[in-house]
Amino acid sequence: MNGKITVKIIALSIWGLLLFSPFLFQDVRQIEVAARIAVFIVLVASYDLLIGYTGIVSFAHTMFFGFGAYGVAIAMKQGDSTWGYWMVGVLAGVLVSAIVAVLIGLLSLRVKAIFFAMITLAAASVALVLASQLSSFTGGEDGITYSVQSIFKPATKLLTDDEGKVLRIMDVRMNGKIAAYYFVFISCAVLFWAMLRIVASPLGTVLQAIRENEARAEGIGYRVVAYRTAVFVIAATAAALAGAVYATWLKYTGPDTTLSFAIMIDILLMVVIGGMGTMWGAVIGATLMVMAQYYLRDLMEVAANATEALPLLPDLLSPDRWLLWLGIIFILLVYFFPAGIAGTIIQRRAVK
Amino acid sequence: MGMLDRFGGVFWLPVILAIIAFVLIGAPSSWLTLTVAGLSMGLMIFLMASGLSLVFGLMDVLNFGHSAFVSFGAFVAASVLAYFGGWLGSDSILLNSLALVFAIAAAVVFGAALGWFFERVIVKPVYSDHLRQILITMGALIVAEQLILATWGGSPVNVPRPHFLEGAIIVGNSSLEVYRLFAFCLGALVYGGLFVLLNRTRMGLLIRAGVENREMVEALGFKIDRLFIGVFMLGSALAAMGGAMWAGYETIITPALGAEMMVIVFIVVIIGGLGSIQGTLLGAIVVALMQNYVGFLAPKLALASNMILMMVILLWRPYGLAPAVKIK
Amino acid sequence: MSLLSIQNMDVSIGQYSVLHGVTFDVPEGGVFVLLGRNGAGKTTTLRAIMGLWQPSPGSVSFRGEQIAGMHTSDIAKKGIAFVPENMGIFGGLTVAENMVLATANGKFDQTRLKRVYELFPALEQFWDKQAWSLSGGQKQMLAVARAIIEPRDLILIDEPTKGLAPSIIAAMGEAFREISAQTTILLVEQNFAFAKSLGRDMAVIDDGRVVHTGTMADFVADTELQNRLLSLSMEAG
Repeated sequence: MNGKITVKIIALSIWGLLLFSPFLFQDVRQIEVAARIAVFIVLVASYDLLIGYTGIVSFAHTMFFGFGAYGVAIAMKQGDSTWGYWMVGVLAGVLVSAIVAVLIGLLSLRVKAIFFAMITLAAASVALVLASQLSSFTGGEDGITYSVQSIFKPATKLLTDDEGKVLRIMDVRMNGKIAAYYFVFISCAVLFWAMLRIVASPLGTVLQAIRENEARAEGIGYRVVAYRTAVFVIAATAAALAGAVYATWLKYTGPDTTLSFAIMIDILLMVVIGGMGTMWGAVIGATLMVMAQYYLRDLMEVAANATEALPLLPDLLSPDRWLLWLGIIFILLVYFFPAGIAGTIIQRRAVK
Repeated sequence: MGMLDRFGGVFWLPVILAIIAFVLIGAPSSWLTLTVAGLSMGLMIFLMASGLSLVFGLMDVLNFGHSAFVSFGAFVAASVLAYFGGWLGSDSILLNSLALVFAIAAAVVFGAALGWFFERVIVKPVYSDHLRQILITMGALIVAEQLILATWGGSPVNVPRPHFLEGAIIVGNSSLEVYRLFAFCLGALVYGGLFVLLNRTRMGLLIRAGVENREMVEALGFKIDRLFIGVFMLGSALAAMGGAMWAGYETIITPALGAEMMVIVFIVVIIGGLGSIQGTLLGAIVVALMQNYVGFLAPKLALASNMILMMVILLWRPYGLAPAVKIK
Repeated sequence: MSLLSIQNMDVSIGQYSVLHGVTFDVPEGGVFVLLGRNGAGKTTTLRAIMGLWQPSPGSVSFRGEQIAGMHTSDIAKKGIAFVPENMGIFGGLTVAENMVLATANGKFDQTRLKRVYELFPALEQFWDKQAWSLSGGQKQMLAVARAIIEPRDLILIDEPTKGLAPSIIAAMGEAFREISAQTTILLVEQNFAFAKSLGRDMAVIDDGRVVHTGTMADFVADTELQNRLLSLSMEAG
């Protein structure tokens, strides 16, 4: 079987599981995991657009994610929880992201890739500091809690049975939580599909030409800076939209859920684990990492308790140290499987 | 531009900054305190940034894990100082200084050793691949930070200062902290040493030539890899030294120190231009002065001001204020 | 035995195959000229000899010893000097510092230094100036001077006349003639008039292959061959 098809089947099965997850895994935590996976697929895929398809390394992706989330959060908090304010918030977040992306892009995409990485890192940390300092606006370190559109409230009855109680289908209550989940699912699926289209379009081809050989692409007549800036803006917009969706789901936005450096590292890990430059890899990477975040810690807790009597080991196996292990795994992956899971599957199959 | 360059050019920037700040601040005594603080901070940041700049210049390697050396330097020095706590409290300047020397030496040796490990294990396999380089050094940074957390714990660590560096001297109406003056002097001394190394020795000549054109240095019969590991270790040791001094400056350190300094160090090398220690010194002093002045005038804008400064300078000079000459 | 022997050398840069089975021999003494149009693979050939691109295994021997696959610095130590197309001058260093780096142990052999001064008086005059401040011709002189300050067996020179004024080109030719009395020169050149005046043996590269080898005298005599191989690209001399 063709490797590409294998990867697609895996990714589509994950989407399938996400589609039915409220029915398959009926507890609160699983649905949180599923929603987070969906949002991070979009976030990681949009990052893959940068790193995998154009070779741009940006550390500002969480900043755009944050712009989108804070846009919704601030609009809902300052205004009220209607679709109107929601739209305003989304538009504001997307607009700010696009403008900042254009500015950074024009300023620095013409310099070396490595400069760009540093500049975006600096920009992202400034955004993080600003978010915690402008507390009257952003809620500071505590973030903002707000209510969302009434249709997404758990008390809302989506469907009712004959007695006027909330209808259960396969034992799942058709309430606002389900509406919110499917809102997240559909938004993310549409965004992911849109990015697949972009990659398959002529723009995607040009981008890959630039990544392969910048001087040559320039020679052929492509305006490299313009294309790179365009991709940077598209990726930023997608990240902002993912942020807006996530903010709607969480009903809370703070530095830790959107802007923090830890999330940037998560995204990097996901894109590398999944496979850069494949798009479908984002699905695999995001799923594995989010699962690991929720469940690996439990596992490490067990391991730490089991090794309690030994020196040092419990310290290293403590759930707080899980990033240590992820970091090591990450380094090994970049050494030995730079193509990630999806890329490796595609290559292996191609060789045979 | 020609006129500007002839009279020292961009190297007047800190002076211009100081004059503007003098006018805005109004009170000469506060201005003096802030300027001294800025200069001493600038030299400490210079120590942290110089290695990054040289390593990049020589091999096109940008080590995102560089701030790990700073963190390790700070924590190793803090531990050594704590171990010699008795000596620090004593009135004997000799014992005081010995403890300090041990602490800084430990940080430097640790930094150099870690640098060796980093270069051999982390960076060498991905010399020519920028993307993987960024990813791997980033991964190494995560691991390093976690190791610091595992070793020293997450809570803030107190850093005892030697007795003779406590307190302040009063000049006019301004009080100048002794530790800051010490940091300034030590930093200036190291800069002087680096300057002599780069300009008066054959190895320095090779480093400068290698920064400009690596291939040609090899075509003249030198192995640049060997030179590079030396420079890498030197840079790591200097970063650790900067971290050690920074620990004494802050007196309380947390594992977040590395990440905080990384942003400043990056802004410094971008502003200064990669590959030259003069540029790095200039960038460090400009950034530190800015940080102190703006921190006084509009505290909330301190970090953002440096970001804006960076943007403006990049618009003016896309490769920074004083980068090394690159003929390629 | 020839000094340098290239046998079936293939070179790929990234995914592009640039040279295909390049074969020629450079005999000891005099100037060997490599001709060919832009992008034919002349510069790549020189860089591959120097180890700056990877030549196919076993394809380059120098004084009978295989040097393909050696590190550039080791190839240099065998006695091969390189004057690249961009001259490879260290602009931030002074002329003196540039020259010191080209010596084996940091010390000048006074006779050789005197000879450099005689060939290129400008270098003595600007000895302590930063190299970026030199004119194009002076930079080229410095690049050649670096190649002869230590005894070498072979100097690879890539398009030394590019962008230089005619009077400087003439002086450069004079210098090359003198140098080639002691040291073999492998010269890549687009300027046929210049190449003709210096070359003893020659080869023409086209599209990554050697399409002609022979003596310069024969080549100059055969105008039909010249036209066929060079007319598309070179100003006839």
